[in-house]
Amino acid sequence: MGTDRIGGTGGTGGTGGAGGTGGGTATAQAPPGRFEFAPVAGVLAREWALYRRSWRPTTFAAVAEPIIMLLAFGVGLGSLVGAIGGHDYIHFLGTGIVATSVLFTSMFPGLIDTYVRRVFQHTYDGMLAAPVDVRELVTAEAAWIAIKAGVYGCAPLLVAIGFGLPASPAMLLVPIIAFTTGFGFALTGIWMSASVPSIKTMDYIISGVITPLFLIAGTFFPIDTLPDWAQTVAKINPLYHCVELVRSTAFGLDPLADLGHFAALIAFIAVAWCLAVFQMRRKLID
Amino acid sequence: MLRNVVKRFGSLTAVDGLDLEVPAGIVLGLLGPNGAGKSTTMRMLTAQSRADSGEITILGYAMPRAAKRARALMGVVPQHDNLDEELTVGENLEVFTHLYRVPRSQRADAVERALRLAHLEDRRDTRADRLSGGMRRRLLIARGLVHRPRLVLLDEPTVGLDPQVRQELWGLITGLRDEGVTVLMSTHYIEEAERLSDEVALMAKGRVVARGVPGDLIAEHAGKTVEEFPAGPDGPAGMEDILRSGEIPTRRTGATLSVLRAEEIPDSLRDTLGRGDTRASNLEDVFVTLTGERVE
Repeated sequence: MGTDRIGGTGGTGGTGGAGGTGGGTATAQAPPGRFEFAPVAGVLAREWALYRRSWRPTTFAAVAEPIIMLLAFGVGLGSLVGAIGGHDYIHFLGTGIVATSVLFTSMFPGLIDTYVRRVFQHTYDGMLAAPVDVRELVTAEAAWIAIKAGVYGCAPLLVAIGFGLPASPAMLLVPIIAFTTGFGFALTGIWMSASVPSIKTMDYIISGVITPLFLIAGTFFPIDTLPDWAQTVAKINPLYHCVELVRSTAFGLDPLADLGHFAALIAFIAVAWCLAVFQMRRKLID
Repeated sequence: MLRNVVKRFGSLTAVDGLDLEVPAGIVLGLLGPNGAGKSTTMRMLTAQSRADSGEITILGYAMPRAAKRARALMGVVPQHDNLDEELTVGENLEVFTHLYRVPRSQRADAVERALRLAHLEDRRDTRADRLSGGMRRRLLIARGLVHRPRLVLLDEPTVGLDPQVRQELWGLITGLRDEGVTVLMSTHYIEEAERLSDEVALMAKGRVVARGVPGDLIAEHAGKTVEEFPAGPDGPAGMEDILRSGEIPTRRTGATLSVLRAEEIPDSLRDTLGRGDTRASNLEDVFVTLTGERVE
């Protein structure tokens, strides 16, 4: 019987049937199981298409909230606090709120958007029927969230500059810092979204994880004012390393310490990526 | 090709030693009731479900190891609508040209072709959430075809659609076969399986219980005609005994007794039985005869 063995002798891939626009040309060249960037680009193309429709409200929420927070705390509380470590409180806070902004613009989409797409919209089932695997899907989703975090995270810094924070060339590193941190938190959000039994249980994560994360990170006050145990907790909080890096770009680089903070963020990404891929695979592949 | 494939979910065996081979260029209908294992089989073919044992080879690629390569050559139309609601028809298709890695220079043509195929040219700029149910289904099919796959998996392609829309989609699926695309279609609609499939595999309890050309299957297991008798004073049970003695197969649906191979009822039994309502045999008769279950 001229069987297709559910489609033919295969192996050559590529021509893509009747006319062959070649779905598969790229995949046929890569060994099976290899991580590829073409699927990541494919998922990013979808995100871009969606973003073109929703960029206005997304941008408003991502930019307005940290700015309001900065103005409220920086101007209001700043008049009481004065200066911290020789820096105006609004400048100290502005650099810290970059991290808060990154946390919110990465963790929430990672947590909620991916849950909705997986459970209610079945979006990922559609993508995984194409030549995309879970690793590439998770990487692409987190990368897209991180790109937005990298851009939106700069808004509080620009406001702080508007309030007199001296601009420095090192601040050009802030989008990279924000991207890196956002990537890690997006992956963490994805991992958690695939771990919760229902959307309602996300309240535990929001109140029990996200809120403490941004309170114990040195965003509003230096961590050396905290008790010893809290300082230890802060130092394993990835957001703290983001805060320290952003402050370094604004107040003066400390290369060795900064490399340490950056290495901590990379380690955070590595762990979060493994957890996110593992948990998403469990949920998406029977 | 699936060989002795088993898939369990806890204590439930969804697919139980399934063997299935799909010849190139045909429409193979996978017909069975809900819970027969059709959707699980479809998911295993895309490696979205992993078999506990057995072998799956698609287009020469072993699954799940080479799943991405196989999926690049397959188009999948899922049972559940997972279109991007906020995107237009054209954008939904374009996104999948990226995911299927259609070369940049061919993406516009690929979208055009898919729009034409699904008769959605005039809806290109309409958002997916403003399409009717039938149009959404056509868009899902177009999306699965945007990269000109060699194999198309259709998982219950017309479930929940009204008869007119179903007819439209049947035309679309017939067109695929005419283009030489291999189609594996799961369905629990008898008429759909009979009209569209070159061959049908009847599935029950995770296994293929019969496979062949619909007409041949019907002729082999149910004959040409079926006569249906309402329950008489003696009840269908009495009739069944009489027919069983003449080795005439029967099946019961509520208080109706369907006599298969009615054309073979010997004259000697005719006087006793009388005449029932006659209709052509169909795959439902075959299915019930073989499994004791109903398809729909």
